[in-house]
Amino acid sequence: MKIIVAIKQVPVRDSQLKPEAGGRWIEEGDLSFEINEPDAYALEEALQLKEKHGGEVIALCLGPARASQTIREALAKGADRALHVEEEDTAGLDTLGVAALLAEAAKRESPDLILTGLQSDDLGYGQTGVVMAELLGLPHATIIMQVEAGEGKLRVKRELEDGWFQHVEMPLPAVLTIQSGINKLRYATLMGIKKAKTKEIKKLAAADLGGKRASAAVLEKVYAPQRTKQTQMIEGDAKTAAAKLVEKLRFEVRAI
Amino acid sequence: MSGVLVVMEARGGAWNRMSFETLAAGQQLAAGLGVAARAAVVGSGVAGLARELAGYKLEKVYAVSHALLGEYTADGFAAAVEALVRRDGADVVLFPHTYQVRDFAPKVATRFGRVLVSDATGFRAEGGLVFVRQLFQGKLNADVRVSGDGPQFASIQAGAFRAESAEAGQAAVEEFAPELAAGTIRQKPEAPFRESARAVDLTAAEIIVSVGRGIKEKENIGVVEELAKALGAEMAASRPICDNGWLPMERQVGSSGQTVAPKVYVAVGISGAIQHLVGMKGSKTIVAINKDANAPIFEVADYGIVGDLFEVVPALVAEVRKVRG
Repeated sequence: MKIIVAIKQVPVRDSQLKPEAGGRWIEEGDLSFEINEPDAYALEEALQLKEKHGGEVIALCLGPARASQTIREALAKGADRALHVEEEDTAGLDTLGVAALLAEAAKRESPDLILTGLQSDDLGYGQTGVVMAELLGLPHATIIMQVEAGEGKLRVKRELEDGWFQHVEMPLPAVLTIQSGINKLRYATLMGIKKAKTKEIKKLAAADLGGKRASAAVLEKVYAPQRTKQTQMIEGDAKTAAAKLVEKLRFEVRAI
Repeated sequence: MSGVLVVMEARGGAWNRMSFETLAAGQQLAAGLGVAARAAVVGSGVAGLARELAGYKLEKVYAVSHALLGEYTADGFAAAVEALVRRDGADVVLFPHTYQVRDFAPKVATRFGRVLVSDATGFRAEGGLVFVRQLFQGKLNADVRVSGDGPQFASIQAGAFRAESAEAGQAAVEEFAPELAAGTIRQKPEAPFRESARAVDLTAAEIIVSVGRGIKEKENIGVVEELAKALGAEMAASRPICDNGWLPMERQVGSSGQTVAPKVYVAVGISGAIQHLVGMKGSKTIVAINKDANAPIFEVADYGIVGDLFEVVPALVAEVRKVRG
């Protein structure tokens, strides 16, 4: 089974985020980056499918030069090789623009299966996988919690709302977007890290993939949200704050 | 025909409650743009739902019906909604931001060379159309300007508009049977199911103490359990905690777990991604304890403490015990 996993590099969780001076994106200077969490689960699922059925796992990433760090980590965990669509101005691409480049890069590999996370932790549009499937003319399913691969077909478990699930069958090749928590993530081994250094990362430019599409949805301004609720912030050291809160829960909320 | 088209969601003859929030959004957007609002319900045997929808202030209601739409499939719904949008000619198409919409609406937008502006919380008609949506799980907001000829596509976040504000009126129902062929639907769905009967009913709890990623390790959960015990509260958690198996799935609050509205909800080390907020923002009083002053949980909190939960929570336990004796 030849599996492509589309991964994205995003600022590490808990980063302190500030809009940049022009307000079109965030200040990235002081940030550290990591693999988008749902993509990490998609990668793990691909590795487990390969262990079960054999084949190859190819990491596919669109991002600036710094994304090569995240790609290397995917290789260290067990991906066989990688495709890096190197693009510095990712803010100039909309979801369709990103998916079009990823789809074109994927198409040349004729994969049996394409996996990606259900959404990114930065933009959170939650549709790159679905748009790739549409552009490639492949069936898809989203928010997947289990994958069983059979002869030329897949049976997957989709998460619905409010604790409901559903199994869906579809033919291969197909595209799946993977939900966090579908499996248990592995750590890269020392051996894996060593091996990753010799694995191939093929660099591609947008121009090699049919060029960039003009954006139909432009990120015009990034800003801090306005508080809509009056929150009483309780100050002081832990003990003082705790005492004040208990007082409020007793006399204002009457819950204790 | 210009206008705003709202694609409602129903399953098994019942509305998804978010549909009417999006209907209200669609009416407001149409008024802002000076165009008409229309709405559609898609499925099999939707005449009754369409009649209900006709009691709202709309130019027209579509009953989009086909035997192949009885069970949801991405291929079937994408084809039906694409055909509907081509027939209707709306400038803007709105969906509620549900799991189902996430599964098929991006496909429809792609067929028109457009991007679905997903999970939007608002919009402005200023020299074109600007949607407001959140970035970084609610830590920042963004204005997204859509350009090019219509249709434009957006899905509306749960709770961003009030369903009660949808205006009543009278609309004519138009039946529309899209051409669909069974062979073009590649997904074969089985019946939806629940993992197990829920042993824990969080909706009955007066007080809930809920724990998130800030707890860092499974071994630390006890710190928060002490607080729940002191307050006589039920323990709950955000999704990552249950994903990791640190608390059972049935204690998860949020879009994929339970929706709760207790008298007091104490969120400990929970940043407040929208998927969690939709499950608890109806709580009467919300207390948030988080080390990040910019965490979105403080947007919905009535009382907030910015601090290290490993210091604040034990102090809180001591204070509660003092009072409760």
